[in-house]
Amino acid sequence: MWTFFHKLASPPHFYRLAKTLIPWFAVPGYLLLVYGTYAGLFLAPPDYQQGDAFRIIYVHVPAAYLSMMAYMILAVAGGIGLIWRMKLAHAVAASAAPIGASFTFLALATGSIWGRPMWGTWWEWTDPRLMSELILLFLYFGYMALRGAIDDTAKADKASAVLALVGAVNVPIIHFSVEWWSSLHQGPTLVREGGPAMDTAMLYPLLAMIFGFTFVFGAMLLRRIRTEVLHRERRTRWVKDLVLAD
Amino acid sequence: MKARQQRMLAVGLAVVGLAIAAALTLRAFKDNMMFFVSVSEVAAGEYPKDRNFRVGGLVVEGSIERDPGSLDVTFTVTDLRCDVAVTYTGVLPDLFREGQGVVAHGRMNNDVFIADEVLAKHDENYMAPEVAESLAQHVDEQTASLQEYDTECGKS
Amino acid sequence: MDKLAMGGYGVYVWSCFGLTLAIVIVNEWRARHRHRIELRDIEVRIKAMEARQ
Repeated sequence: MWTFFHKLASPPHFYRLAKTLIPWFAVPGYLLLVYGTYAGLFLAPPDYQQGDAFRIIYVHVPAAYLSMMAYMILAVAGGIGLIWRMKLAHAVAASAAPIGASFTFLALATGSIWGRPMWGTWWEWTDPRLMSELILLFLYFGYMALRGAIDDTAKADKASAVLALVGAVNVPIIHFSVEWWSSLHQGPTLVREGGPAMDTAMLYPLLAMIFGFTFVFGAMLLRRIRTEVLHRERRTRWVKDLVLAD
Repeated sequence: MKARQQRMLAVGLAVVGLAIAAALTLRAFKDNMMFFVSVSEVAAGEYPKDRNFRVGGLVVEGSIERDPGSLDVTFTVTDLRCDVAVTYTGVLPDLFREGQGVVAHGRMNNDVFIADEVLAKHDENYMAPEVAESLAQHVDEQTASLQEYDTECGKS
Repeated sequence: MDKLAMGGYGVYVWSCFGLTLAIVIVNEWRARHRHRIELRDIEVRIKAMEARQ
């Protein structure tokens, strides 16, 4: 059991393993996205209230979900890195940040575009759901800025892991903001008592999009971790052999 | 081994401490973090009198009156306990309709809410129009039973 | 053609899907690009060190 983890955490081993894993994430991920996009745009019926505007849900919800999941990866990997002094965990955290930030931006942008025709506003500064998601974006920016500001990798790892853990309190706040306070944003549709409040013809494409984006995110993350590992190990023998081999 | 357990304890305690601090802060600012107040709170006088605020509720069926020739509109908003009359001049969002959730921004003036912005709020249910129609019957019955509410509300 | 208009919400729906596609493409491209740069940088450094010896 422990030898498995030690082997997994060994940079050259992970570097090779990630390469074989990437297509196993990317191929099903993009297939699901192609199906989900087509079914979401053309096969699912329009919503009884929002008409065709509701189709924005097929990109907005996966983006919002990924923005939070990526941050949890950031915080958990940072915590593992702090406690077990595991360099690979810090490499995972550093790699998750830019992807998470881009999906947070996507969630905010698509939410804004959806809000204009439905709610009647692009943005509301005092809404708790909107604000907590915006804070998430700034946490990602802060995390990346902190890493960029510290030259020493070990120090950057420690400082940014602390920031990631501190910021993790925001994730449950985002999720529960619509229940704890009054918000323009409606409550959860999928994760609720009594099951999803959605017709199955609308639900299946949404699930395909959520799983598709998760797989694609996994592939992007693995790709970035490989680069990060390579950079951190650039002075080692195995990297030298690897680079000179091709 | 010892050092690792110490780090684990330190990280664990820091996370728990932060969560408690965040929870207490959020509790303290609970009222300020509300995007809108309910109609009942407005009826009870529990709203900021010195500044504009938002009130949220459902548009009462048959209460929408549009002034032909201008963008003036008046309607009643309810939280199924109390009512408040709202006047507004301007373009309404596409989702604005009878029975719909709305959030109006403005101020109270002699028991009438003068809105300068009206936003629509939708619920978490998504369904096809045909499904919604078959459900509408059921919803009508529900709303009918909720019509006898204003006895509890002193003002209206 | 009717489907593409999205019942009048075409601008909103298509801009959201377009933006999503752009974000996915940029993410994929950035990840690959950074990896190539990293490999090249390491190679340049190794070559420079060998030349000095």
